[in-house]
Amino acid sequence: MSTQTPEPPSLYAAREPVFPRRVKGNFRTLKWWIMGITLGIYYLTPWIRWERGPNLPDQAVLIDLAGRRFFFFMIEIWPYEFYFVAGLLIMAGLGLFLFTSALGRVWCGYACPQTVWTDLFILVERWIEGDRNARIRLFRQDWNAEKIRKRAIKFTVWFLIGLATGGAWVFYFTDAPTLLHQLLTFSAPPAAYITMFLLTMTTFVFGGFMREQICIYACPWPRIQAAMLDEDSLTVAYRDWRGEPRGKLHKGETTPGEAQGDCIDCMACVNVCPMGIDIRNGQQLACITCALCIDACNDVMDKIGKPRGLIDYMALTDETAERAGKPPKSVWKHVFRPRTILYTALWAGVGIALVVALFIRTDMNVNVTPVRNPTFVTLSDGSIRNAYDFRIINKHGEDRDFYIYIETERSMRLSIEGTAELRVTVPANQTKTQRVYLTAERGSDAATDSRSPVTFWVEDRIANERVSYATNFNGKDD
Amino acid sequence: MSRKPDPRKSDPGSELNARTTGHQWDGIEEWDNPMPRWWLWTFYATIVWALIYVILYPAWPLITGATPGLLGFSTRANVAAEIERFEAANAPIRARLVAADLETVTQDPELVSFANNAGAAVFRSHCSQCHGSGAAGVSAKGYPNLLDDDWIWGGEMSAIHTTITHGIRNTTDPDARFSQMPAFGRDELLEPAQIEAVAQHVLAISGQDHDAALATEGAAIFAENCASCHGDEGKGNRDVGAPNLTDAIWLYGGDKDAITYQIVNARGGVMPNWNARLSEADIRSVAIYVHGLGGGE
Repeated sequence: MSTQTPEPPSLYAAREPVFPRRVKGNFRTLKWWIMGITLGIYYLTPWIRWERGPNLPDQAVLIDLAGRRFFFFMIEIWPYEFYFVAGLLIMAGLGLFLFTSALGRVWCGYACPQTVWTDLFILVERWIEGDRNARIRLFRQDWNAEKIRKRAIKFTVWFLIGLATGGAWVFYFTDAPTLLHQLLTFSAPPAAYITMFLLTMTTFVFGGFMREQICIYACPWPRIQAAMLDEDSLTVAYRDWRGEPRGKLHKGETTPGEAQGDCIDCMACVNVCPMGIDIRNGQQLACITCALCIDACNDVMDKIGKPRGLIDYMALTDETAERAGKPPKSVWKHVFRPRTILYTALWAGVGIALVVALFIRTDMNVNVTPVRNPTFVTLSDGSIRNAYDFRIINKHGEDRDFYIYIETERSMRLSIEGTAELRVTVPANQTKTQRVYLTAERGSDAATDSRSPVTFWVEDRIANERVSYATNFNGKDD
Repeated sequence: MSRKPDPRKSDPGSELNARTTGHQWDGIEEWDNPMPRWWLWTFYATIVWALIYVILYPAWPLITGATPGLLGFSTRANVAAEIERFEAANAPIRARLVAADLETVTQDPELVSFANNAGAAVFRSHCSQCHGSGAAGVSAKGYPNLLDDDWIWGGEMSAIHTTITHGIRNTTDPDARFSQMPAFGRDELLEPAQIEAVAQHVLAISGQDHDAALATEGAAIFAENCASCHGDEGKGNRDVGAPNLTDAIWLYGGDKDAITYQIVNARGGVMPNWNARLSEADIRSVAIYVHGLGGGE
């Protein structure tokens, strides 16, 4: 006997090309709609105009990095209001928890940019190179004029889609018509070209070549989702108790024979799968639950006169129930469970809190820093003075006058550095730092007590808004 | 079928499927499946990238520096270029600041905003060592508080500017502000009893507890020895840097011991002339900053 060890397998696993076949059905139609809507939102949003008055941009959605401002229709977010963005991220997270626990990997199957753009790229591929069989033939044949022509056209269209994708992204960060003009006249800032180039190339490579590899190897989300699915979450599954033993139809037969299951092993479900997997092997990591195999199988079941749903949206509990001969739970029972209702409540709670915060926030913001180095200053007449640094933010598009006054039980005098008035003018959309003084007479209660509470009010008498800041006056306690 | 048959799929017992890393956790084994080709090539590309990077950019640490790299990249040189760029960008407003009239400069909000920011930085680097980061000086130790409304050499913008430019009692600038109080005790110009009486008089004019009889006696000595600088009423004289003795602010402390010590020893602080170390624009910036701290006149 030979003791020869088997040849160690190569470190490489070459990508196996996937040629998804065209499919028609309810889920495919739904996916076309979702693709149209999501891509439409992405490409067109930067072009929506929104009048905000003078000195402010008229782009409806604009992330102004240089001005550190975020515009979203009537909402304007300043940097210190970042909690809105944090809140939206929390809502996005909870939303993913909710959808994953109820509908499994519905995000992956329908809404993920990787899925949507791959779908678009496959659509283009089908238009130019034909459906599955034609593409396989083209893939296997040697290079000739036809193959070069088709590949060249396909890559060009992919590249243009990539360019539009990268282009749309940079429009979110600056005025879109101005930037488009700059881009076309080659006078745009280098950052715009670099960003566009990177996003064009990632779109081109991810959508055209890497496709399912991104989901299987690069994306962390499929792994995280495994922890969020439970036995009631809907996934795409094959009713093997109904389909097996599978077998081809014999000549002349239009329906499977008595001893056979409903699966006629036509490979339709495998051929339409964009991930290149066989759903009949059971639920697996690579399945993004795009439901195209459901459409394909239903089509075949209709043709051979068997009931639909050999491949279907199902939860693990349904499988157990059906194997025991009981009917599966309805979709609504899967979706409305304590867990999903809890997620919905949390999600809505954060949303309501954000909306309330949005409505009660004022168009001015005042930050008062009591100067505590030194805590007080003795003036030549023996009076005690405290200084306070005010940061007043004017969120209006015009200059505003802010009047400052105090509320306190003790006697003290208010004055403002550099002016005899009790008024501060802040230019439009700017932040002004202003030093403000409180002075207590020599020997007065405020001057001799270590601390006296005092409340500053800052008021815009035109907009009729005011905000307060409670702080202390430090005396000379000796 | 279009695809090459995958032995792992067609044969569950294939040699490939049997390959594990050999690790076991509670009987669970870990596959040792091959990596996707693009992944491995990307990995190799990063190694190649690292090699090129090491040749082109500073990389290996040496004792006093690092290997320079072929491109001559240097963060220090980049910072120097950045500073130069900002200096160039600020040049026009600095020229405007230098050309501005000191008495009316506070009317120009743009200049004031620039000067306050620049002046605060200059103050932190050059002035805070004595006057403190909050400009409150050091109480009773001879470092004046710049926040209050009492000025020995004047609190107008031009007076502050002169003080910063030429300094006080230094030996490096002939235009430095200069004054010297005689050390009445140390140099035996006054008897200890006379000094005691003058101290009581100073307590009296600054509104503190005092011995009335001694203070009256001290008033005469004060008129003879002190009034030439501090004035008949002791209100000081900014032209000669003589402090006001009647207010609540004391450079070296205002109690009887501190006053007596000052009459005996006559301390006086020294401030450098900043024209030797700062540009005119920086001096003006810090003057505007100090003027805006609350005491400016």
